[in-house]
Amino acid sequence: MSKIEVKNLYKIFGSNPKKILRLVEEGKRKEEILKSTGHGVGVNNANFKVEEGEIFVVMGLSGSGKSTLIRCLNSLIKPTSGEILIDGENIVGCNKETLLNVRRKKISMVFQNFALLPHRNIESNVAFGLEIQGINIEERKKRAQKAISMVGLEGYEDRMPSELSGGMQQRVGLARALAMESDVLLMDEAFSALDPLIRKEMQDELLILQNKMHKTIIFITHDLDEALKLGDRIAIMKDGVIVQIGTPEEILTSPADGYVREFVKDVNRVKVVTASTIMKKPTPVALAKDSVRIAVRKMQEASISSIFVLDKEGRVKGLLTIDDAMELLKSENHDMENVLNKDICTVPPDMSIENLLPLVIDSKYPIVVVDEEEKIMGIIMKVSVLAGINGEEGQNV
Amino acid sequence: MYRLPIGDYVERLTDWLTVNWAGFFGAIKEFLLGIITSFEWLFTIIPFYIMIILITLLAWKLANKGVAIFTLVGLLIVQSIDLWTETMQTLALVITSTLIALIIGIPLGIWMSRSEAANKIIRPILDFMQTMPAFVYLIPAVYFFDLGMVPGAVATIIFAMPPAVRLTNLGIRQVPKEVIEASKAFGSTDKQMLFKVQIPLAMPTILAGLNQTIMLSLSMVVISAMIGASGLGITVLKGITQLRVGEGFEGGLAVVILAMILDRITQGLGQSKKKISKRENSK
Repeated sequence: MSKIEVKNLYKIFGSNPKKILRLVEEGKRKEEILKSTGHGVGVNNANFKVEEGEIFVVMGLSGSGKSTLIRCLNSLIKPTSGEILIDGENIVGCNKETLLNVRRKKISMVFQNFALLPHRNIESNVAFGLEIQGINIEERKKRAQKAISMVGLEGYEDRMPSELSGGMQQRVGLARALAMESDVLLMDEAFSALDPLIRKEMQDELLILQNKMHKTIIFITHDLDEALKLGDRIAIMKDGVIVQIGTPEEILTSPADGYVREFVKDVNRVKVVTASTIMKKPTPVALAKDSVRIAVRKMQEASISSIFVLDKEGRVKGLLTIDDAMELLKSENHDMENVLNKDICTVPPDMSIENLLPLVIDSKYPIVVVDEEEKIMGIIMKVSVLAGINGEEGQNV
Repeated sequence: MYRLPIGDYVERLTDWLTVNWAGFFGAIKEFLLGIITSFEWLFTIIPFYIMIILITLLAWKLANKGVAIFTLVGLLIVQSIDLWTETMQTLALVITSTLIALIIGIPLGIWMSRSEAANKIIRPILDFMQTMPAFVYLIPAVYFFDLGMVPGAVATIIFAMPPAVRLTNLGIRQVPKEVIEASKAFGSTDKQMLFKVQIPLAMPTILAGLNQTIMLSLSMVVISAMIGASGLGITVLKGITQLRVGEGFEGGLAVVILAMILDRITQGLGQSKKKISKRENSK
């Protein structure tokens, strides 16, 4: 079961949303509806699942409906229609107690402008959610202290929010959400109000924390780089519609439409595109049982100067160059084993181009992409790395 | 052209209320009189020098040293011009009126901040209370409550309550939307939100309302005296009607001194609020 599942979710703003819903379902566009009826379409038929322990990023420009979408998840905004299943339980139209319980136990939220309580000190801010639940003061202090040390704010417990910098205030916001010990974390443009350097630092720390905590995080942002860095999967929204959902790499390498393509145009692909995307099918290959003659013929047919030799499980034994092969044919002993070049660089399929680059530069021969069992998946040549940076994908795989 | 008989209606309504609601007004009268006379009794039974020390200490604690010194000097002046008893009577009237105005006004303000309908209905009533000349409801107040302290207190409450209502409403509405959203997201009930978030954040504005209510109460002192409320108003009124300029000025001066002391102390209350909330956190 998915942690969160959203089915056919609509949010329409205005005096008679139910009536307008039909128009939206008929496929009328957001601007037309606004012009003719004065109703705003916040979320238009959103469908997605978020798995436990995943960082799911919702990305879009302002007005795309991403903030409305995230607020539907904890009913800060009531959806017009659709279902939101949290641990299998639909919270759309649920009663007050269920909603309070969801907000107190299952979902906590971090806000763009921190939204701290200015009249309470840091510790009391962090413990706020626990206080609301009526948890006793010792337990509250203990959990608040734990959350405060997780975000690295020890020693600031007695300060007031106004005495802290933006980055530190957002740490308090994060600690307040962590203190709830809920499984799901909603982060609404949580780092957007911070300076670029602080923002990067917070992103790194969030990833480190996430490695320890394995929360289910839904992260809203308008910053594509942030989305690509944090997201296990990314949903791109436009005019209330989710245009594409996919891994960062899928978004970059196969944009669903012109809008997404335009979006990802200027992305630093080096960090996102991985070996598996740019690798090529390793044809031809020689098998260890092949004779040298067959290996040479395969090279000649493909007009290449070297060939990978695989064992019967598909693992790379080494590389045979045409020169070594010719030498071998002249000599008495025709055993390939002795002349194979064993100094071959292998990489996992999810290595980014950024990390591949130095290897490619140092290596004389193509790099081999192998799976967990060391079986060959593809090869990468210098030229395909450059093509990958440029946005041309590997073929034949 | 047809003349709307508004005046006739009001007159008839007043007569009807005087006759049929006598019990109700009598109860209010007893209630208010009880509070005012208790305060008056308390303030006058305490010897003036102890009272001066107490108020000075209060000023020191809630405001600062400067205000404390001003309070001490001001009250000594009041004592030296033989207006101590009158000042204490006026203080009792002001405190009673302010208390009642807050008890009614703050909940009304909270209600207005939460309901657009209440906001729409109460707003014009407040305009009425603030701008209708006080003399207009002074006479019916005498019908209902006889002469004396009580009609004075009622007139004062009517005139002084609107800022408490308005500023409570404003203060709660000014609480940032994000903070409201955050407290909702963490599972606050409406009640928790009101008492843990909205009222604490609106407190400086609500205290400004308290300050305004006190000031307006003091400005009603002379008008209340016209219908028999004892205190400094009587002194001023006597000065005016008997053309004793000096005596009138002394009465006026005492009102000003009392007003400034109360103003500085309640303003200090708003500022020391921050320090208090810091201390509350450690509980």
